[in-house]
Amino acid sequence: MIFDIEFETMPREALESIQLRRLQATLERAYATVPFYRKQFEKAGLKPGDIRSLKDLHQVPFTTKQDLRDNYPFGMFAVPMDNVVRIHASSGTTGQPTVVGYTARDINTWATLMARSLSAGGATRGDIIHNAYGYGLFTGGLGVHYGAEKLGASVIPVSGGNTKRQIVIMRDFGPTILTATPSYALHLAEVAEEMGVSFRDLKFKYGIFGAEPWSEKMRDEIERKLGLVAVDIYGLSEVIGPGVAIECHEAKKGLHIFEDHFIPEIIDPATGDVLPYGQSGELVFTSVTKEAFPVIRYRTRDISALHAEPCICGRTLVRMDKVSGRTDDMLIIRGVNVFPSQIESVLMEMEGVSPHYQLVVDREGNLDTLTVRVEVDEHVFSDEVKRLQDLERRISKNIKEYLGVSAKVKLVEPKAIARSEGKAIRVIDNRKL
Amino acid sequence: MWVKQISVFLENKSGRIAEVTGILSEAGVNIRALAMADTADFGVLRLIVDNTLKAEEALKANGFTVGKTDVVAAEVEDRPGGLHRILTLLHEGHINVEYMYAFVQQSGDNAVMIFRFDQIEKAVALLRQNGVTVIDDDRINQL
Repeated sequence: MIFDIEFETMPREALESIQLRRLQATLERAYATVPFYRKQFEKAGLKPGDIRSLKDLHQVPFTTKQDLRDNYPFGMFAVPMDNVVRIHASSGTTGQPTVVGYTARDINTWATLMARSLSAGGATRGDIIHNAYGYGLFTGGLGVHYGAEKLGASVIPVSGGNTKRQIVIMRDFGPTILTATPSYALHLAEVAEEMGVSFRDLKFKYGIFGAEPWSEKMRDEIERKLGLVAVDIYGLSEVIGPGVAIECHEAKKGLHIFEDHFIPEIIDPATGDVLPYGQSGELVFTSVTKEAFPVIRYRTRDISALHAEPCICGRTLVRMDKVSGRTDDMLIIRGVNVFPSQIESVLMEMEGVSPHYQLVVDREGNLDTLTVRVEVDEHVFSDEVKRLQDLERRISKNIKEYLGVSAKVKLVEPKAIARSEGKAIRVIDNRKL
Repeated sequence: MWVKQISVFLENKSGRIAEVTGILSEAGVNIRALAMADTADFGVLRLIVDNTLKAEEALKANGFTVGKTDVVAAEVEDRPGGLHRILTLLHEGHINVEYMYAFVQQSGDNAVMIFRFDQIEKAVALLRQNGVTVIDDDRINQL
């Protein structure tokens, strides 16, 4: 069901005129109230009034995570604290946390976007939502919670953790919608099995999973083990929290971005150039309705692509691909952007090839060389050297075909690739730049 | 009718073969024949041992990738032209030898060669028809 039929199915021209009007207002306000944004405009020799079309947005400088950190805690707020009713913060595991604020109207906007999202994911007002996202500084728990209430569904604010009790609640309360991170969803399935509870006997119909990247393979596993239809939800606290984009349960093919509130762009992370629809690059967002914490061309560091083709669900909003990786991991090899996740998908598509790999980049003379080390397991091992050499050639050929970069493939023994705390080290860059 | 061979994937690094022989020695496994095929980066060590199962388990427990293949042990007359006769037979029978290596022990007066064929059943039938003795798993352990 489409929660907000007017905005979610609006013809593109009407949508774009709303976007432009809202964008101009946002830029004016950010320029007037946030010193950081004023400086950014001045650096670029721009005034908010210079932005006369959506295309003109491309001239405005980017905002990065570091900029938010530099303005810790409240330096990016565009309203006085009197008008701020809520504060959230990111975990800050890789540096200073980023702090975001909301006005009452922002909270209402967010609740509406989450009601749209839950609805696109299959929820109706008759549903019971088991919300296993964490409640607290993290936006996941409260984001879903307010959206569920806005939709009129019954929400169980179970939060994360205490998994055994969650299974009991699922059995006794009969929730029909599960919201959680995909990894926690699989953990729930495991614990349920240990407790002798079958998800097949529970009443779940749909699951709305996000807050971390997950693959199609993981979706298959979740749908099989939990007996529900799983959709992906995207968001980040800097932009608003969950509810920036959602997959519809009808197509499960790309996430609809709520463009009446956020303008998405895909850029080449190396040059900053805006890329056309269909091309993969870094996702950038500009908020056009937020009051307390507007973001202008915020670089998410998430890798995706945008698609404008109409969707079977009726929404006219562009769709973004499931996030396939982070620009932090990106390598530039002889001018070609290479993401470890792309190499991983090439390997996964080859029958029997182990997904344990490592990229080693060296510079010989002036030339970058890429070596892909792939662990040999029993599925691909052969007593015949020529078959192993053939495997190396096939992997190399597929990488060249899909990524357009030449790579030397080197087969290595299992566990040859260093793992730190169970996580493999995917990239070794030996270039001295 | 044929012999089980185990093969181990090794990176070209010093001490890797010694690691394998150390593990087998500790497991009390006796190596009866061995051959190494290598490229610049990796190698495949092929072994005939007295206890295939034990060898496989010990190597896997130490994180090696281990494969098992059926190979043929055939007696070769220990005189000039002995091996040539067999290879000619196989060539004329359109059977490919993927690789071969020598067994350490003799069988009576004859040498023993280990063969890896692409069509093992056809190869064994052809050898037998032509009076070549093919040694099975049980007997090879008594040599």
